[in-house]
Amino acid sequence: MLIQIKNLTKTYQRHDGAINAVDNLSLDIPKGSFVTITGASGSGKTTLLLMLGGLLRPTSGKMVYNGNEINLHKEEELANFRSNHVGFVMQSFALIPYLTAVENIMIALNVKNSDKAKNRKGALELLEWVGLDDRTTHYPKELSAGQQQRVAIARALANNPDLLLADEPTGNLDPGLSEEILGVLKEINQNHNTTIVMVTHSPMAAEYGNTKIQMKNGKLHTHVSNVIAEQIN
Amino acid sequence: MRLTDLTLKELWHRKSQLVSGLLAITLGIGVIVGIRSFSVVSEKAVAVNLDNLGANILVLPQSSSVDNYYAADIDASTFPEDYVEKLVTSTIPGVDNISPKLTRRIKVGNENIVLTGILPKSEIASKPIWQRGGIQGQQAAASCAPSGPQKYADAKLQRKGIDTLANNDCFIGSGIASRLKLKEGSKLTIMDKEFTVAKLLPETGTVDDDRVFANLHTVQALLGTGEQISAIEIMGCCSAISEGLLGKLRNVLPDTRITTIGQIVSTQIENNKLMSKISLVFLIIIVFVGGISIGNYIWGNVNERRKEIGILRMIGYHKQYIYYILVLKALLMGLVGGIAGYILGTLSAMWLGPQFSGIAVNPIYMYFFYSIVVAILISIIGSLIPAYLAGKIEPFSNMQED
Repeated sequence: MLIQIKNLTKTYQRHDGAINAVDNLSLDIPKGSFVTITGASGSGKTTLLLMLGGLLRPTSGKMVYNGNEINLHKEEELANFRSNHVGFVMQSFALIPYLTAVENIMIALNVKNSDKAKNRKGALELLEWVGLDDRTTHYPKELSAGQQQRVAIARALANNPDLLLADEPTGNLDPGLSEEILGVLKEINQNHNTTIVMVTHSPMAAEYGNTKIQMKNGKLHTHVSNVIAEQIN
Repeated sequence: MRLTDLTLKELWHRKSQLVSGLLAITLGIGVIVGIRSFSVVSEKAVAVNLDNLGANILVLPQSSSVDNYYAADIDASTFPEDYVEKLVTSTIPGVDNISPKLTRRIKVGNENIVLTGILPKSEIASKPIWQRGGIQGQQAAASCAPSGPQKYADAKLQRKGIDTLANNDCFIGSGIASRLKLKEGSKLTIMDKEFTVAKLLPETGTVDDDRVFANLHTVQALLGTGEQISAIEIMGCCSAISEGLLGKLRNVLPDTRITTIGQIVSTQIENNKLMSKISLVFLIIIVFVGGISIGNYIWGNVNERRKEIGILRMIGYHKQYIYYILVLKALLMGLVGGIAGYILGTLSAMWLGPQFSGIAVNPIYMYFFYSIVVAILISIIGSLIPAYLAGKIEPFSNMQED
């Protein structure tokens, strides 16, 4: 099991009282699975994703990644966890505007390795893999939305993560481009055995997952897993 | 792509902001360099003026006054000549020339004259009487140059001694020469001792016209005073006077009256002090305002880059790297601002100095180094709080939609 979540709770203090964005949630995510999380706005799906990525600390509960209880990690250990194990794909692409496509990927590679030439080579290979080898020196504003998301995916893969977390990756894309990006994610999941957890509003996108979770008021509402069935088939 | 590259690209990306940030540093440093360049040259000018005035400190017996000294009315009071030795051995910094004198009013025939004993080598040749008389000896190196980091070859104080004045020779003022019908080579008998007139001094319109200058030790023997003198003229360094030279001299010679000559000199010293204070006030203001400006600029930059900082944190950069890119940015701005400020300040001083005060201002190259150091320090200090706060930006800041 890649991730084991036990009684995870995240409570936000607001002026009108405390609110549990994630409420006593338990979940196991096997390695190589493609988990999609759906739910209404405010159901806690993004909060869960943030905690999975070590971007947000839970208020209580336990989250174990490959046997390590990451909720006990210090801040800089969490940064190491993110750079070593997690890739992120965001709805807004989260690219740095004054860096070219290749530089946006190199900056992620630089976290672990400061060899500039080696990083450039690795970044170019990733851009080629996502089909943007002719856009390496383009700035984000010179790329289409789909191309920007491909750069973001390439950056997420830069450090060979075991876990790829995607927050509404097709939220800013038209249906055609959405399918294209989802296809890339599916390929990553199947060819690289990378575990993917994707938050989405789109029922169509949710169908790409082999484990489908629906959240409501911070709790698991439905949990349908095809992982075992797929493995049997 | 390293974080240094990222910093440089970000600086270039936000050029207009960079210009406004740099302008604040450049103007601040420029003002400081301009004022300091001007005041250093002003100090040099004061030092030269001081030298032109000759001695600027008088040591008199306790019962005498400066008026007595100028009127040569100091017949009665004396003090021991070994006071000169006390001054020499005290090695007080800023005492550049010590010239002892013994003066008496005496009669030669029916004429009143002022007999003054001097030590020729100790005389300050820049006194008008010696300059106009054409009596100049070897040039002496001045021990005090104007304060400041630069050496001014043209500011060396022109202090010269009179080469020789033999025991039987004397220099005589024009009034005496006229009244006693003396010329160079004439014999003059004073108190039964015969002197040869070695030099006729030009008319000065002062009491010097009625003086006969002879060797101090000869005069002492003649007057029977023993090793006594009636005054010591001292040339003190401008900066040393302003830093309390008189007090130090009074400590060495507590039973004398020690005073400065020349209201102009003290005014110039006060001006210099004022200039230094203004520089200091400006420096403090600029450090504060500059630091706050840079801090404000970097904080604005941090706010604009919240999403970007969130991205860097998200992909695994530690807080220290966020501090690094912001402090590096401040450092680079300080470096460029310091260089530009030095150039601006120096050129301004070089252009404005001659126009406003007739003083030629030369570049002070040491200030180039100081400008960079001060600008970088101001920038880095100003960036510390914004950088610290930037480190607190949550790595999920980019998760929110635009």
